[in-house]
Parts: sequence; C-alpha cells; structure tokens
Amino acid sequence: MNTVLLQNATIAQFSRRTYTSIAIPLAILAYFAYIFVAFDVAGLSERVNLNNAGTLVSDSYSYKTHVTQDNRDGSIAISIEGERKGQYAQGSAPDWVRLGDRTVVDLGEGHIITLGEQVSYDIPGYGVITARPDGTGVNAVFPDGDVPAFINASKNRVMIATDAGRFTITRARAEVFKYSYGWELFFFTLDSPYHGMGPTQLLGKAFSGEVSAIWQDFWTNKMWRHGDVFWALFETLLMAFLGTFGAAMVALPLAFLAARNFSPLGALRFAARRVFDFLRGVDGLIWTIVLSRAFGPGPLTGALAILLTDTGTFGKMFSEALENVDDKQIEGIASTGANPAQRYRFGVFPQVMPVLLSQILYYLESNTRSATIIGAITGGGIGLLLTQAIATQKDWEEVTYYIVLIIVLVMAMDTLSGWLRRKLITGDEGGH
Amino acid sequence: MADGTVSSRNDIKLGDAYLAQIKTKRLMNFIVLVIFLALLGSGFYAADSRNAGGFWDGLSNIFDFPAAIFSEAIERAPLMPGYLANYFPSLIETVNIAAAATLLGALLGLLMSLLVTRRLAPVLWLVGPLRRVLDILRAIPEIVIALVLIFMLGGGPVPAMIAIALHTIGALGKLFSEVNENASPKPVEGLSSVGASWAQRMWLGVIPQVAPNYLSYALLRFEINIRASAILGFVGAGGIGYDLRNTMSWGVGKYDEAAAIFILLFLTIVVVDQLSSLLRNRLTHGAANTQVIA
Repeated sequence: MNTVLLQNATIAQFSRRTYTSIAIPLAILAYFAYIFVAFDVAGLSERVNLNNAGTLVSDSYSYKTHVTQDNRDGSIAISIEGERKGQYAQGSAPDWVRLGDRTVVDLGEGHIITLGEQVSYDIPGYGVITARPDGTGVNAVFPDGDVPAFINASKNRVMIATDAGRFTITRARAEVFKYSYGWELFFFTLDSPYHGMGPTQLLGKAFSGEVSAIWQDFWTNKMWRHGDVFWALFETLLMAFLGTFGAAMVALPLAFLAARNFSPLGALRFAARRVFDFLRGVDGLIWTIVLSRAFGPGPLTGALAILLTDTGTFGKMFSEALENVDDKQIEGIASTGANPAQRYRFGVFPQVMPVLLSQILYYLESNTRSATIIGAITGGGIGLLLTQAIATQKDWEEVTYYIVLIIVLVMAMDTLSGWLRRKLITGDEGGH
Repeated sequence: MADGTVSSRNDIKLGDAYLAQIKTKRLMNFIVLVIFLALLGSGFYAADSRNAGGFWDGLSNIFDFPAAIFSEAIERAPLMPGYLANYFPSLIETVNIAAAATLLGALLGLLMSLLVTRRLAPVLWLVGPLRRVLDILRAIPEIVIALVLIFMLGGGPVPAMIAIALHTIGALGKLFSEVNENASPKPVEGLSSVGASWAQRMWLGVIPQVAPNYLSYALLRFEINIRASAILGFVGAGGIGYDLRNTMSWGVGKYDEAAAIFILLFLTIVVVDQLSSLLRNRLTHGAANTQVIA
C-alpha cells in the first residue's frame, strides 16, 4: 500500500519534472521570440551602419595624416587627423612627404602621389592617374580600360581609395590621407620641442634640468589633454567616494531607527523604512535630474545623487545587519555595568562593523561605475569626456583611450576594495 | 611564595602592556577616523568648487524643480491617467530591455560560470583568461557599450539590451561561479562514474543543486537592470528614459508628463523590488523545504 503510494508520488514528481524541464526552455524561447519582434531585431540589419563601425574600429588603433594642397594658390598643409591642433609647422613635414615646387607624397609600397599644378597618383599594378584641376573641373586622365571600383570619379571630384591611403581631388583642393598605426601625438604635440624624441633622449633632457618643461608639454598636450583627463578621473572617483561614505554616515543612525531590536517606537521604525524605500525607489537617474536643476552640472551633483540613492540601500542593509546582532554580547557588556554608549561601543559595533564596512567597500567599487554613468548624464568627470568624444563621432581613438582608463579605474577600485575588505575584516576578528 | 610574586608581577606587566596596546590601537583608530573625516570634508569642498553651481546657492532652490513638477501635475491632474496610459508602452519597453538582458546575461553567465569554476571547468587553461574576460565585462559601465553601439546600430532598445546583457554576464558569471564552488561534488562524481558527458554532468549534477541560488541572484540583477535600462534610455536607447529626456528638454509645459513618467518609474522599481525580495525569500526558504521532502 505504502509502496504503491510512494511509487505514484514518484511517478507524479518525475512527470512534473519532465514537464518543467521542457516548459521552461520553451517559455524562454517564446519570450526571446517576442523580444525579437518587439525590438525589431530583423530590421536591425537595415539600421546598422557598418561604415560607422569600420571607422570606429580602425580609428581606435590608427590615425591618419592629411596632406592638403589648395589648388588655387598651391599651398600645402599637413596635419594629423586634419585638426588645427595637430598641424605641422609651415615648411616641416613627416619623412614620407618631400616638400618642394612639386610636393611628393610617398605612401609606401610604390604608391607615389605628386602634387602641384598637375597632380598624379602612380598606383602599382594599375598605372598613373593624372589630373589638372581648374575652374572647369578636375580633368582627370585614367589609364586605358575600365575604371576600377576603388576609384570614384565624376567631373568635379575624383576619389581613390587604396590600401596605402586615400586621395581626393576636387576643383578646390587635392587631399591625401595616409593611415598609420598607433596614437600619434599621445605624449607631445608637434609644437613641442620634445615631439619625436625617444625615451632615452627624453631621459637625457630630463636629467639636464628640463623635467618641468617636459612634464608641462605632456600635461597640457592639446590633442589628448592629459591634465583634463586626470581631473575628470579624479572627479569621478570623488563622486564615488563622497557618495558612498556620505551615504554610509547618513544611513547608520537612520538604520538604528529602522532596526526592530533598537527602535522602541513602531511608528518611527515604519517611517525610517519608508524613507529608505523612497530614496531607493526614486532611483539615481531621477535624483541626478532633480539635483542637477538645483546645483548645476558637476561632481557635487553626482556625489549627492549617489549619496541619496545609497542612503536608501545602506539604510535597508544596515538595519537588516543590526537586526541580526547577537544579544548575548550586549547583555554580557551590560552585566558589567556598562552604560548605553558603552554597550553600543563594545557590544554592537564590533559585531556589525565588519559586515557594514564590507558592504560599504563593495558599493565603493560599484559606485565608481555609477559615477561614470551619472557623469555622462549630468556632466562631470570621465563620463562627460566620454560622451563628448562620442558626440564628435570622429575622435574614436580618444573614446578608446577613455574606455581603457575607465576599465582600469574600476578594476583598480575593485582590487582596492577587495584588499581593504580582507584587511579590515580579518583585522577586526581580533576584537577591540 | 616567591613563585607567586613573580607571576603577579608578570600579570601586572602583561596588564600594562595590554593597556598600552589598546591605547595605541585606539589612538590609531582615532587618527584614521580624523584623516578619513578630513578627506571627506575636503572632498566635499573640492567637489563643490568644481561644480557649476555651488552647494549653498543651490540648496535654497533644491525644491524648486520638484515643486514645479508637483504643482503642474496637480494642476493638470485630470490629464494624468491619459499620460500614464500614454507612457505605459515605453515602460513595457524599459522592463523588456531589462528582462531580456537579464535572461540573456544569466544564460551566458551560467555557461561562463561553469567554465571558470576550477573544479568543474572542462578546459583548465581557459579558466584564468575567461575570468579576466568576466572582470572586464563587469568593469565596463553599461553606458559605454550602449553609446558605442548606438553609434553603430542607431538608437532603440537593442543597443541597451546588449550593453546590459554584457555587464550582466560579467556580474552573474562571477556570482554563479562562487555558488558553483559550494556545490557538492558528489553528484558530479556519480555522474562521471557512469560515463556522463560534461554537459550532462553540469545539467544533471550541478544545476539542480544551484538553481535556487542562481535564480535569486538573477532576480536581484533584474532589479538593478531595470534602473540601468531607464538610465540608458536617457542617453538615447529607447524606453521610458528616452521619453523622460524628451519631456525635460521640451522645457516648460511638459513637467506634468515628466511627473507621470516619474510615477511610473517609481512604482515599477518599488513593485519589482518587493516582488523580487518576496520571491528570493521564498527561493532560499523553499530550497530548504524541498530538501527535507526529498
């Protein structure tokens, strides 16, 4: 009888298990199918901009140098990324450009471009393209045969894109783009005397008393703005630090009010808990918006937004930790005739401090990320620099640089907080 | 007799040494506290000086904006249900972004967690590199990936979903692998003794043990991801955050709609928080129950 019952129960349990083990994956699949339709993932292939993706990837590890000839007066300008900040001084040029009456640009692997009244591009394996831009058009002459796909030619504009570089001829100007690897001008811009020096040479200069000048040129680098970037990182860290520890200091007394075993008044407890729920429920996004209306953009706004949100989070967690406090230790202290302050100091704090500190330090790392995000919304810190760099849609090498810095910063905070947690918590086990 | 005096002398010495040690420790703690408070104070001062508007100037008008929103919302209270209905689809999109990202992230995080738990990993030399991958995924703020993806894929929910999912893989992968460390190796050993493949060992030996903990962590992530999804909307990734930015940037006259969005967002976060903590409580207690029954 019992065996039969058990058998039936087992069979029922097994069939239920089989049922759920099929139903759950099916439900997940159905949900993804719904998302696929709701988010129009199929239409994504039309919206995706592969050109943008290509620029982004290639810009992140390479840079281009522009050599531009003004066809009206024949003047030549050479600059990194076409930016004024990266312009070569008049009469100077990188070693692959030979300035003269007829400027010769050597793109490497036999690709030679000659500028002047008549411009020409010698493409190995194809032939020489010549053009004589004037008021009537670019007047380009191509080698015999069909014009290949890498050339896009019309009356007033010829664009040639080869592996070695790009060459664009219009009536007004002829422009060469040469792509190179790396982040050019990362240490010094062209107007600095230290540009192009090797590390040993720089070290030599540094020893001969130019340390501050070298540092000055590096720190105020106009292309990469190392000084600004440093302060932005500092602001982000500041937001995380102030927000986290400020919240902890506000939340601790409130948590005593919300903890069942410390708060005598039910109404007070209820009120404190609703305050925590409200602070957490409103969320960092809304706090950021509200606060930035009052205080304007900057690190203080971000710090206060983190502080408010985390006061709610910490309040809840701290009060839970306080409710788990062991009463025996407090009774023991009380039996020695300790006053309430001493009871808290020796009975409660040693028990909860490791837990609270560990939670605070964990949030310090997570808030470094939040500070980046809040900075992007409200304007402050590295988040602001990142959104600005993305908004220009061309400084992808800077975007890459900032992303690397953010990752390093967050990982460093993670390591620091983990180290501190271990140190503080094991250190506290010895007792006070 | 002589013995006794020596030991009591030693006791006194020991007591003095102990008191001295306590004294130095307290002094050190006090110094650390003072340094910490000084850092905090000077930090606030530095943050204040680098802020566009000062703290004391702004403090007086901190309630201006909420007051403006409130008064406008109350003034046009009859329109409120319409607004709420109007923005409800956006809210659904925000929740969907979070849910899809959590689900995707949890599934991939589960796979990753099995690959990076030394005891369970099928390929040992991959454990270290994959752990670094998880660290990096965890370290990148969602907004970074989202902004880059918006540039490539255009606006909409997909960039946000991918961005949040990637971060979720990093976060859950780590937590899941910590859960895996504590799973009993016996079912796995039993399964391998009958010739089960790696996938079978994981599916039948590990996952049933850890599923409640996984679910509990995934629910907590879902709470976090709803907030993240709202924030990403604000930078152009669709959902209610996007609507919020539009109502704000329209300027005067749309605060009542902003209020409707605030209400929706607040209610959603509170409801999801409560539901998930309820479920999580039941999961942790329910797990104990099933073990007793089985």
